[in-house]
Amino acid sequence: MAYDKFNILTSTAVPLPLENVDTDQIIPARFLKATERKGFGDNLFRDWRYNPDNTPKESFVLNNPLYGGKILVGGKNFGSGSSREHAAWAVYDYGFRCVVSSFFADIFKNNCLNVGVLPVQVSPEFSEQIFEAIYSDPKTEIEVNLPEQTITIISTGAQESFDINSYKKENLLNGFDDIDYLQNMKDDIQAFANDLML
Amino acid sequence: MSNTLFDKVWDSHVVRKIEGGPDVFFIDRHFIHEVTSPVAFLGLKNRGLKVLYPERTFATADHNTPTINQHLPVEDPLSANQLRALEENSKEHGISHWGLGHKKNGIVHVVGPENGITFPGATIVCGDSHTSTHGAFGAIAFGIGTSEVEMVLSTQCIMQPKPKKMRINVNGQLSKGVTPKDVALYIISQLTTSGATGYFVEYAGDVFESMTMEGRMTVCNLSIEMGARGGMIAPDNTTFAYLKDKPMSPKGEAWDKAITYWRTLKTDDGASFDKEFHFNAGDIEPMITYGTNPGMGIGISKSIPNAEEVEGGIATYKKSLDYMGYSENESMIGKKVDYVFLGSCTNGRIEDFRAFASIVKGRKKANHITAWLVPGSHEVEDKIKEEGILDIITEAGFSLRQPGCSACLAMNDDKIPAGKYAVSTSNRNFEGRQGPGSRTMLASPLVAAAAAVTGVVTDPRELL
Repeated sequence: MAYDKFNILTSTAVPLPLENVDTDQIIPARFLKATERKGFGDNLFRDWRYNPDNTPKESFVLNNPLYGGKILVGGKNFGSGSSREHAAWAVYDYGFRCVVSSFFADIFKNNCLNVGVLPVQVSPEFSEQIFEAIYSDPKTEIEVNLPEQTITIISTGAQESFDINSYKKENLLNGFDDIDYLQNMKDDIQAFANDLML
Repeated sequence: MSNTLFDKVWDSHVVRKIEGGPDVFFIDRHFIHEVTSPVAFLGLKNRGLKVLYPERTFATADHNTPTINQHLPVEDPLSANQLRALEENSKEHGISHWGLGHKKNGIVHVVGPENGITFPGATIVCGDSHTSTHGAFGAIAFGIGTSEVEMVLSTQCIMQPKPKKMRINVNGQLSKGVTPKDVALYIISQLTTSGATGYFVEYAGDVFESMTMEGRMTVCNLSIEMGARGGMIAPDNTTFAYLKDKPMSPKGEAWDKAITYWRTLKTDDGASFDKEFHFNAGDIEPMITYGTNPGMGIGISKSIPNAEEVEGGIATYKKSLDYMGYSENESMIGKKVDYVFLGSCTNGRIEDFRAFASIVKGRKKANHITAWLVPGSHEVEDKIKEEGILDIITEAGFSLRQPGCSACLAMNDDKIPAGKYAVSTSNRNFEGRQGPGSRTMLASPLVAAAAAVTGVVTDPRELL
């Protein structure tokens, strides 16, 4: 599915300094019943965000008007558990284009890259600096520069570089996805399959 | 050159290596279910693409299906819609479909191996993280997202960087009452829920060599719970005996040829791993979790650790204990239990029901306990009846439900109510995993049975 190209993103950020945020929290299973990719943002962090009677939980960060922006900053081991891509869809659909963490779970990270959300892995120290900067001033802007592979806290100038493989980087910069690539090598794939025993 | 089992299987499935990028990785077997496939089929439609090898994809409905009255129409319109979408998409693209009511319907990771769809040296994916189960056969098997489901449908390939390699060795003799589930929960408690992220695991040592295929599936199933992409065990005579004469296993000459190749699928002496762990079987006791991720497990006789003793943030740890309604230093023995769930792709196989029956035999279900006993497939259900297990559990006051994922994930009607405590043989104790506000203790079928008859958390060794 097509997504917006990613280049340089400058935005305020939403802090969520909890560890091991699993994809059942990002989107509970009972909201996975759609047959189309629509409206998942409404249920992002559903049970942390809303009471059972659907009134907002004021203590949860997404309900706090002080914080907002296109960058979500999570704690260590973000996105563990279920492989549901719906979690990445919910993050994107809510309006986030980038998730920052000191450590990502594999499948969630892959899913993000496939749907146009940039996962940026930073050092634990830099992650702390970002949280401190946001808590001391919620208007703090963060710049995520994909071509340069850098993330910068604009108010302090603190900067770190991040890894991304060059293939995925090109995809995000251009809004391509893997199917475009794979479709162009079908002959090779069929030749490979013909040689298989089972 | 010395290679690991993982290298042998991975490298033989790389169609193309991309400089500075992922490998184009060929998939032998693809399982789909109703939840993570509809948007992938929609993607194919929007691009005007067909399924390249429909004979390599297998559909079964499991996540959304009710586990009682399966002959009646599914009540929830959204669930019914997803089940219908799976059926229609499969039909349109010529994919085998074992829907609700089909005699081969059941949990994808139970019916795949049962029918010989899974085989050693295969690459297997499904839009479900517990696809790691199939690694028990010496396959590379892992969960993928829906975008990747679309890739496999349209090109039979995905694009994956090769993970790092880890070997986990467990040697020695397991003590009485210690099951494969306990071995897995013990390893996860030692490595933490993210300890194997970025790695593919090989399980080695005499504990795994002497395990049945059912036990190996339980262990490999839980690999994802320590962050690993998957886990695998070298195929051996136990593996071949399980697969022989399964409906879709190769037959005759093809079997002989296959088995010759399968025997080469083991890690060579001197092959290296990026990380290696060694554990003693004798250190493992029946396990139970006390928190909200599968790494938060302890031996059942132990107390809940102090926040200072655990790795990671104290705030996260305290939030977790608050959610469970527990405090540091408390003993798990005697804790209140409201629900018991036996089933799921982790523990929904015949051996799990045999283990459960071994404890409840001659005893009675505690009055206040609601117990859901859910076989992973109709084949498991049939064996439960043939072996007399149904009589034993019925006599003890339990009843058997119909196959499906059931209370593992709070997607169908089987949900644990808010605030209630469940001893569950499934795989995740995340907040709300079994229903909004539900509190899960993960454990083996023996611990589940002990809780079901005593009504509280009980050491199963006292009842064996």
